[in-house]
Amino acid sequence: MTDSTTSSTANAPLHFVLTGHVDHGKSSLIGRLFHDAGALQEGKFAAMQEMCRRRGVEFQWAFLMDALQAERDQGVTIDSSWIRFRHSEREFILIDAPGHELFIRNMITGADLADAALLVVDAQEGLREQSFRHGFLLHLMGVRQLGVVVNKMDLVGYKQEVFAVLEAQIREYLARLGVEPLAVVPISARNGDMIVAPGENMPWYEGATVLETLHGFRAREAAADLPLRLPIQDVYRHGPKRILVGRIESGQARVGDRLLFSPSNQAATLAAFQRWSESVAAAAVASAGECVGFTLAEKIFIERGELASHEERAPMETDVLRARIFWLSQEPLRPGESYEMRLLGARVLAEVESLEWRVDTATLARSPAEELATNEVGEAILRPRRMLALDDFEDNPPTGRFVLARGKRICGGGTASLQGYADRRGGPIRHSSHITRTPHPVEVAERSRRNGHAPGVLWFTGLSGAGKSTLAFALERRLYDRGFQVFVLDGDNLRHRLNADLRFSPEDRVENIRRAYEVAGLFSRAGMLVITAFISPYASDRERAREAIGAGFREIYIHADLETCAARDPKNLYKKAKAGEIVEFTGVSAPYEAPKQPDLRIDTAEREIEECIATLLAYVEAEFGLQEGGAP
Amino acid sequence: MDRLDQLESRSVYILREACACIDNLAMLWSLGKDSNTMIRLAQKAFFGRVPFPALHVDTGRKFPEMYAFRKRYAEEWGLNLLVQDCPDIEETDAALPPAARSAARKSLGLKAALAKHEFRGLVVGIRRDEEATRAKERVFSPRGGDGEWQPREQPPEFWDQFAVEPPPGGHIRIHPLLHWTERDIWAYIQREEIPVVDLYFAKDGQRYRSLGDQDITRPVASHARNVAEILEELAATQVGERAGRLMDHEAEDSFERLRVDGYM
Repeated sequence: MTDSTTSSTANAPLHFVLTGHVDHGKSSLIGRLFHDAGALQEGKFAAMQEMCRRRGVEFQWAFLMDALQAERDQGVTIDSSWIRFRHSEREFILIDAPGHELFIRNMITGADLADAALLVVDAQEGLREQSFRHGFLLHLMGVRQLGVVVNKMDLVGYKQEVFAVLEAQIREYLARLGVEPLAVVPISARNGDMIVAPGENMPWYEGATVLETLHGFRAREAAADLPLRLPIQDVYRHGPKRILVGRIESGQARVGDRLLFSPSNQAATLAAFQRWSESVAAAAVASAGECVGFTLAEKIFIERGELASHEERAPMETDVLRARIFWLSQEPLRPGESYEMRLLGARVLAEVESLEWRVDTATLARSPAEELATNEVGEAILRPRRMLALDDFEDNPPTGRFVLARGKRICGGGTASLQGYADRRGGPIRHSSHITRTPHPVEVAERSRRNGHAPGVLWFTGLSGAGKSTLAFALERRLYDRGFQVFVLDGDNLRHRLNADLRFSPEDRVENIRRAYEVAGLFSRAGMLVITAFISPYASDRERAREAIGAGFREIYIHADLETCAARDPKNLYKKAKAGEIVEFTGVSAPYEAPKQPDLRIDTAEREIEECIATLLAYVEAEFGLQEGGAP
Repeated sequence: MDRLDQLESRSVYILREACACIDNLAMLWSLGKDSNTMIRLAQKAFFGRVPFPALHVDTGRKFPEMYAFRKRYAEEWGLNLLVQDCPDIEETDAALPPAARSAARKSLGLKAALAKHEFRGLVVGIRRDEEATRAKERVFSPRGGDGEWQPREQPPEFWDQFAVEPPPGGHIRIHPLLHWTERDIWAYIQREEIPVVDLYFAKDGQRYRSLGDQDITRPVASHARNVAEILEELAATQVGERAGRLMDHEAEDSFERLRVDGYM
């Protein structure tokens, strides 16, 4: 037993992926391995014989894994597959990966959870295109334990010289990747040499058999000794509690730890781990690999995509990075294009600023390139549109890798290299740690009594042209006439002064809304009823507004379909957007996330203004009026 | 973390990912050991409460013990139970062999439920070790408008980045138990004391290893009377779990055909 076989992984199965060029004999190796290790299910051998007989072909071990009809009929593995066996008290999970270049995405999928890899090479053909590519990609994906199997030794007369030449080539190539294989094993899958038993045909070989090589691999362990990385997967509301959930990717978290959330750059104390049932004891510490739920001692706004760490040894924040990229999409990757970068739960649009080089996976030569085509590997500089929290892949793989997606499709994967980039942590958020809040001598209830109504914020959201401003100003007049202390904060009006420095990029939209809800919050604390009229397209911004404003916040969805809004077009904005004069216009070229459960919905397409106003007035009286039991 | 903790952690991660990324989810609850395990995993993931409906696609031909089980635990676990009836066998593909045709009723019932409730995600308790085409499944498996599986066109899936966006008019199948084995399930049932239908335990030298409809599921010879004995039995056997499922054995590709058409 090796040192790594500690109590935590002693019974963990070893996942290994079998890769290599098409027709180099991966599937035959699997069949033979299973048969010789005594791991075939009852009746399976007979069923395979029957399948071959029916097709009029010679017996093929490949039928064990090639489960899809198309795979059997065409004699090619299309998708990766999992199959298990036990040997000497150890469980192995074999992941069969296709060798055809059309199915590299399935090879990647197969390699994803592998602790180790076996690369199969044909003794006659030697290293071929996919042998190199698979070797390179495995290394890029972080699979660092490798064994090489030289198959079809029977076809080269079991000659030691043939093997020696090939072995030297293989070792030389892998050394340049920085990989030392655990073994290079000469085998014949057809005859069973060196798979489970050594056989009698290669007495000159004294190294490990395939099965012995497998026993030499170690299962991957979650990295408890690295700095804490706890990506926030979601936030659940349970009554008054907000439970943050996520999986600890590395390190440990303890109750009482001060956690730093990046990239929002907020800190809070871990109050308690959440139990799923009253009958289980609450944990005080959790380690890498565990999915946890926890509460914070302080109230801060955290959402999916944030990365929790300790304040010391925090991840880096940056909006530029160098990345090694493997490309899977049919559409090539080109500089100037933008893709959605998905890094754990974080998603951000990122532009490919430049393509530095492309690598020839066979010679490892780097050359300048205009684009990365399907299955190609290269290095690029990426510019995410907002700050990202991440690590260098070499330091901490789970928080240093990402995929690039377009539409609904994953187009490629990348690993981050942060050397030479400055940590951009800081920015405008929360510098006020030494500021104390002085309480107001006038209570909110006193202001309500004098005004005759409770304070609050009617947050109108909806597409441009839906009628937010029209309704807001009409409602302001009517409420004022009824004695309300009321004021409208309108998006365009605020952009004339307070928000004059902001444009319409996603970051500036977020800041625009932040200022709006902070001002609205101040007005409402002064006792007023505020009506806001902002498109406020992002659900997360409105959620933040609700958090900041508190009990008096009401989300009011002013709804009209896009066609109606575009037809009204009071400010000629839709025409300009369609002509391309305005970029990122909500509803046309930027998203609008409709409220899922607004406090009130007003449909302006089907109803007259007066009818809408009447509904709003009744709503305000019921929610904020002090007569007739209206509650603040 | 021991082996079961690791399996549990991955399943919890998958369930939370589904819940965070897909609106209008449901979980398929077939009343069997795997879906009961899945309910427990969801209780753990979401702190006691399963936040989406448990959908039982009911062929009407389940064993009486299963209906009693459904009634009792839907209540005890506080599930939002939806029961979907299945159409008659006449409506299934006549080209399929008889038992597969019977099983295909379930695919049609499922399609009806998907259309009625407009689910965009369906959590299903299949495992890779059950059957060779299931071994090739993704954790998040996109389905088109007809619920069809396109095994040749599966998206890449790595680094826990899943295909979470349903295709237009379609949905995503989420498979939180894909990496478990039959033995893992029983070991977890033992550790967590998860209730299961008695039919899994031997009576008169026979027990059900896998529970389908009465007409297309056969018991296997066994003396395992409780979970511990089932675990002992599984350690020794070389017989496949679905040996008692008639539809798997009628033709070489009958199960693949069922699956391509939307079967679990």
